[in-house]
Amino acid sequence: MSFSGADTMRKRNSSRVSKRGSARGSERGPERIAERGSALVATLLSLFLLVFVGLTLYFFIGKQMWFPAPINAFGRDLDRQFTRTFIITGIVFFLSQVALAWVIFRYRENGGRAASFEGNNTMEIVWTTAALVMFVGLGLAAEHSWAEMHFRGASEGALKVEVTGKQFNWLFRYAGPDAQLGRIDPRQITESNVLGVDEKDSSGKDDIVTGSLAVPVNREVELTLRAQDVTHSFFVRELRLKQDAVPGMAIKVHFIAEQTGKYELACAELCGLGHHRMRADVLVMSQPEFDAWLVQQKAEQ
Amino acid sequence: MTTHGATTAHVHKAPEGFIWKYVFSQDHKVIGIQYFCLALFAVFLGMTLSVLMRMRLAWPGVKIPFMSSDFTPEMYLALLTMHGTIMVFMVLTTAPQSGFGNYFLPIQIGAADMAFPVLNMLSFWTTFVSLMVLIAAFFVEGGAPIGGWTAYPPLSALGSIAGPGQGAGMTLWIISIAIFCAASLMGAINFITTTIDLRARGLSLMRLPLTVWAWFVTAILSLLAFGVLLAAGILLLLDRVAGTSFFIPGGLVVSGVVQSQHTGGSPLLWQHLFWFFGHPEVYIAILPGMGVASHVLATFARKPVFGYRAMVYAICGIGFLGFMVWGHHMFISGMSPYSAFAFSIMTMAIGVPSAIKTFNWLGTLWGGQIRLTTAMLFALGFVSLFISGGLSGLFLAQPALDLPLHDTYFVVAHFHLIMGVAAIFGIFTATYYWFPKMYGRMMSEGLGKLHFAITLPGVYLIFMPMHFLGMAGHPRRYADLTGVAYLKDLLPVQQFITWVAFATIAAQFIFLFNFLWSLKFGQRAEINPWRATTLEWTIPSPPPWDNFAGHEPIVYHGPYEYSVPGHAEDFIPQNQDPASVARSLASGVPGGVPGNDARLKR
Repeated sequence: MSFSGADTMRKRNSSRVSKRGSARGSERGPERIAERGSALVATLLSLFLLVFVGLTLYFFIGKQMWFPAPINAFGRDLDRQFTRTFIITGIVFFLSQVALAWVIFRYRENGGRAASFEGNNTMEIVWTTAALVMFVGLGLAAEHSWAEMHFRGASEGALKVEVTGKQFNWLFRYAGPDAQLGRIDPRQITESNVLGVDEKDSSGKDDIVTGSLAVPVNREVELTLRAQDVTHSFFVRELRLKQDAVPGMAIKVHFIAEQTGKYELACAELCGLGHHRMRADVLVMSQPEFDAWLVQQKAEQ
Repeated sequence: MTTHGATTAHVHKAPEGFIWKYVFSQDHKVIGIQYFCLALFAVFLGMTLSVLMRMRLAWPGVKIPFMSSDFTPEMYLALLTMHGTIMVFMVLTTAPQSGFGNYFLPIQIGAADMAFPVLNMLSFWTTFVSLMVLIAAFFVEGGAPIGGWTAYPPLSALGSIAGPGQGAGMTLWIISIAIFCAASLMGAINFITTTIDLRARGLSLMRLPLTVWAWFVTAILSLLAFGVLLAAGILLLLDRVAGTSFFIPGGLVVSGVVQSQHTGGSPLLWQHLFWFFGHPEVYIAILPGMGVASHVLATFARKPVFGYRAMVYAICGIGFLGFMVWGHHMFISGMSPYSAFAFSIMTMAIGVPSAIKTFNWLGTLWGGQIRLTTAMLFALGFVSLFISGGLSGLFLAQPALDLPLHDTYFVVAHFHLIMGVAAIFGIFTATYYWFPKMYGRMMSEGLGKLHFAITLPGVYLIFMPMHFLGMAGHPRRYADLTGVAYLKDLLPVQQFITWVAFATIAAQFIFLFNFLWSLKFGQRAEINPWRATTLEWTIPSPPPWDNFAGHEPIVYHGPYEYSVPGHAEDFIPQNQDPASVARSLASGVPGGVPGNDARLKR
């Protein structure tokens, strides 16, 4: 099947069309104008699509606005996968939008006759297979990052922190010297015992409850996410980590922060009128600093 | 091939009196227009809500015009919830399917009406009640709900203790959605039965216009999806009013109060049920748009749809796969990470029929004689938007990449482009294309092109920058950018988007004016102004109440026989007598290209 057939057709048909045009002489003027209008609109629309493609790629490739730099290996992995996905989708985006611009410009109405081909099974099979391989391949390539986060738990020596979301703040609980968190009893929640740590459970006596999440640098941290009232979501952009905290569930995630500094935890699941201000500081510090911080928090409690 | 097609013995007589003609009409055309008007009202309402939201995002201290009270975060969330609900249910579900589908499905298959006209009427008026109940939520104590259109429990299940609007407003919201589900089920049954049973003689499945295929598959999706949402809605309502605990776990403490009456429920159960409906809903919104785009691209490229069969299979494939990917909305929900893997691969696979559609649209245009009417411009815009919005789905479909992107503006950008704006472009395409048939007058092409010239750049300038907001970590559903410190840098982008939104929304009034003005003053439309092939273009504009005036059309041709080589006209209506086509071909009018004629092989 030849696509270039359209050209020959146009030439052959031009004589027929002009004959038909003269037969309906009164309509010739408006038809011509419609044609010229079509050419202008086709040119403008094609140009718009090209500018749109150019701008989009400029912003994506130039990284005008981008993710903040990741502070963990997992984050760097994800960024690489993002780039791989961008390369493939970017090529598809470029080719298909430019092809659209091209056909709009190239095959604008010119008074000829359109080609009449109705399909091509070989091409259908080729692009179906290509899409399948590309898209599913991309999905498979991302699975090791997902497995790293969710199929394996944290290692033995990980620092364990319990994270609780409530309308509209975050609370963090560290186990203290006994490395054991006390039981939670919702009925014991008071102003001074905001999490409702069970008074009768001795392992809860040395628990430290804080309003910021501090973690030592380069050490694995395992978070157990809980929610007191409605669903919240733990999101730290520099860690590329997001996980819902669901009432009635205890969900574990883990990470190793490799860069000290102050970051921000933002709630990412709509939780009520204060959702947009439900935040907390995330402090990554050296182990000695962390130990001192914990002691200070205990003293303030 | 059906043999008991449209019957000449009508099931109902021509209605008399204003009430039966225009209010409680059983005529599918009137009902289609009623649905369209409902959607038109809803879309301007939903759009107004979005302007107010955009204003608060850009200028947090702003007041709502004509209102004395402060513009609080909970008001923002109420607007957000109602914007989403109105747009998804009352616009994207009603206009393309119940509106245009109702009007044109029976005509395109050569039927006098829907299979169940009374059910059709009931379906519309039930939808109308649903919209009224939804709007009533604004006016009850506490105002409209603030939990988003996804209504995740426990926030949606606990009552007003969870926030303003979560009391009576939330209850009305659930009732409204339940009513809407019932209406959609009625409509779905009607569409499916009509398509299967009332096709004209000769109208085999592979001769159906792609619009009909899209409406048919959409109706099947509606039938399977809305039933589940209805059940979920009833359970949620019971949790709120009857003290059950389907979605509420034990031990919750809300605003310092222990919720001891609840135990054992699962918030994730709602998410599964909701998205089992919610993902097919995306295709309920977009499939009719795909059908209309294919239809209009072929008409104005003067070419057969490239790969018609592949297009049909792609529609069915998208519908089928659409039911197996709901979990991709739940990668970070706490659902088993192993099932995320399966959902992810199925979701990536849905890109395949989507790619088939895109390539076939390009193939349809290739070698055509593209006439850029306003309808065609919007159909081309649809293709461009579908590509742009679809590709970002390939990022979100990967559970690992979803971790940073989930519930950020990246998602907002993605679903607005693919489900919101692309579907709206499908509605515009249908409006500009079918207006002459529906109202007997042409819309202004000049105003239409102006509308398009502002809207396409407008929506891209609104939604493309949102990808970058999302990558920078801007969570969605934030009332303003004052809470989280790193968001302050992103404020100029939000302000830019708001300015563009003003301009784009202003352009929609050009459309509204064009629509209303053309109703009265538009140029009179002929029977077939676009020189198109399908059956609606063989009857007067507007059609008589029984469509084919007692005749039973017989179909001899495929839906897209444009530029058939050797045929004088560049289109063959589906019902054109084969003898006259043969005469025309025999007369040897030039026009064909030897070796380029796929028809001869059939």
